[in-house]
Amino acid sequence: MTSKDDVLSVSVWRQTDDETGTFQQFDVPRQESQTVLDIVSYIQQNLDSTLTYRFACRVGMCGSCAMMVNGEPRWTCRTHVQKAAVDGKLQIAPLRNLPVIKDLVTDMDPFFDKWTKAEGVHHPSATRHDAIVPVDTTTAQRTIANEGIECINCAICYAACDTVSGNGDYLGPAALQRAWTLVNDERDGGHETVLDAVSQNDGCHNCHSMGSCTHYCPNELNPMKAIAGLKRETAKSWLKW
Amino acid sequence: MKKPARTHRLWLAYMLHRLSGIGLVLFLPIHFWLLSLALTDRAAMADALQFTAHPLVKIAEYGLVFLLAVHLFGGVRLLVLEWARPVSNRWTDVHKTLAAFAVALAFAVSTLFFLRAL
Ligand code: HEM
Ligand code: SF4
Ligand code: SF4
Ligand code: FES
Repeated sequence: MTSKDDVLSVSVWRQTDDETGTFQQFDVPRQESQTVLDIVSYIQQNLDSTLTYRFACRVGMCGSCAMMVNGEPRWTCRTHVQKAAVDGKLQIAPLRNLPVIKDLVTDMDPFFDKWTKAEGVHHPSATRHDAIVPVDTTTAQRTIANEGIECINCAICYAACDTVSGNGDYLGPAALQRAWTLVNDERDGGHETVLDAVSQNDGCHNCHSMGSCTHYCPNELNPMKAIAGLKRETAKSWLKW
Repeated sequence: MKKPARTHRLWLAYMLHRLSGIGLVLFLPIHFWLLSLALTDRAAMADALQFTAHPLVKIAEYGLVFLLAVHLFGGVRLLVLEWARPVSNRWTDVHKTLAAFAVALAFAVSTLFFLRAL
């Protein structure tokens, strides 16, 4: 016999066409140490094989499994049901602020396009023929750069940000944090280019410092702090000019 | 679809800042119009000031002073957040504390004002 505690009531977003969708109800048996991703996998494997979702590493490395769980953006592979469920209920939806391809899968293109737009790419300062210059990991600037390098591109911060929902062109916390990391990386040869890119209309000065990005980042990074750094540096280089 | 939870402190501080900003935009024109009466129509101003003796108006003033104070202190907090180089590695905690201080200070200022107005 199963009691109410042994079954979780899960409502999952199903895309019905390009524009909309609806929540579908599933009852999923509870297990110990179950993650939200386990729940989604269980539904796909046992209850409805047409459910579409995305994951890869299952250990919080790849950044592909993020979804809205009871209204909050989370990495589902490292989120325990026990922590996320409210009154034995779970609502699972695709990540906010991104177009939905199908069910729980969002189109991440706008997110990654903005990394490029923010010049979040390496700008070489040397060639393969130059000697490798060791990086001093103890300098203040390297410490700042290190603060942002553990980003796994999961777009959780991007989904949490109300400024992104208000302005679809805003570069968003992850791309801007990447830009700030590069500005503090002595190996990068494009500091001016990056500062230029992030001070455009849809850049760092859109941020209202509401800190939802920092609040939700599963790796405990601080995009809000990085963006404040960009605001200072871009203003400084503007004053110099 | 359910919106993400926004009940964390810095988001609430952001919303309070926005609402107080809007409140000020709505209130200040009335305030300046009233002050302008001192130059253009003193009798009308005396009438209008009569109106401020009403307890409800006093409570409304309490709210307005709170809005101004919370916008000022909260605005200074934001300027510090964005323009001062971070000194602590518990930066977010520091700013949560500062946000709470801004509200507390605004509350103290507006309460003092209210007590004096009574
Ligand atoms: C007393 C000194 C003041 C300070 C230090 C201050 C500071 C600030 C700052 C830093 C912001 C940007 C907040 C953000 O990025 O979200 C802001 C926004 C704003 N302020 Fe002020 N302000 C002051 C007075 C006023 C006054 C008198 C008014 C009304 C006429 C006003 C209306 C607004 C409005 C409407 C916003 C936009 C709010 C938003 O975008 O969320 N402020 N203020
Ligand atoms: S601090 Fe800036 S980037 Fe982060 S959630 Fe708020 S507006 Fe978005
Ligand atoms: S900053 Fe954090 S939340 Fe944002 S993409 Fe990187 S790891 Fe994910
Ligand atoms: S599956 Fe890779 S981070 Fe969750």
